Amino acid sequence: MVHTSLDVVDEKISAMGKALVDQRELYLGLLYPTEDYKVYGYVTNSKVKFVMVVDSSNTALRDNEIRSMFRKLHNSYTDVMCNPFYNPGDHIQSRAFDSMVTSMMIQVC
Amino acid sequence: MADEALFLLLHNEMVSGVYKSAEQGEVENGRCITKLENMGFRVGQGLIERFTKDTARFKDELDIMKFICKDFWTTVFKKQIDNLRTNHQGIYVLQDNKFRLLTQMSTGKQYLEHASKYLAFTCGLIRGGLSNLGIKSIVTAEVSSMPACKFQVMIQKL
Repeated sequence: MVHTSLDVVDEKISAMGKALVDQRELYLGLLYPTEDYKVYGYVTNSKVKFVMVVDSSNTALRDNEIRSMFRKLHNSYTDVMCNPFYNPGDHIQSRAFDSMVTSMMIQVC
Repeated sequence: MADEALFLLLHNEMVSGVYKSAEQGEVENGRCITKLENMGFRVGQGLIERFTKDTARFKDELDIMKFICKDFWTTVFKKQIDNLRTNHQGIYVLQDNKFRLLTQMSTGKQYLEHASKYLAFTCGLIRGGLSNLGIKSIVTAEVSSMPACKFQVMIQKL
């Protein structure tokens, strides 16, 4: 399911082209007929893609909240990148990153 | 002004440190230059991630190169690149007439040959930054007269 959403993200990036100069890409529209999930995407300038899958039953999530969640994710990811012991492309094993993600998920549920 | 001196001194120590810890035969075959360049590469990747966090998306390659020349160079070296030339076919030449890391060295023929050691880290910096933005490249540098230097970026088309 995440792979399908990645394909859609790629489509969106190539379609955007000259139209949008904005960095953020927030889309809501990947609702599967059988499973009720909403998928959000966010792409950074360094071509890193963040995909968030949310349960549709949780309808209280607003646009700003999603955006702020992505900003927090991006900030933590930047910190992980700057860690000299981290090699880009590896599985992220940073405790700070994990705790940030967990606290975000707990906040929402 | 003090914080500029810090990086300069650290960088000088780094260069001499790498050369001191080099084993026999390593100096000749350029492994030290590669080590310095790889250090710069990793640093460049992290730096770019931090700097492009809040900037708008880049439209194309030229946009990225301009960003490197203006914002990136200003943040790292407190000045912009003086001249950017391109042949629009993937080769860019960045000219800096007063390269920060070289200003402290006197202008003399014997120093020219050693200048390449001090440029390796910065070449890696540029290469790392570009690679994190999705561009594979080869960066070389040359000094014709201190403290001016030119960085040549060759974009590899995949």
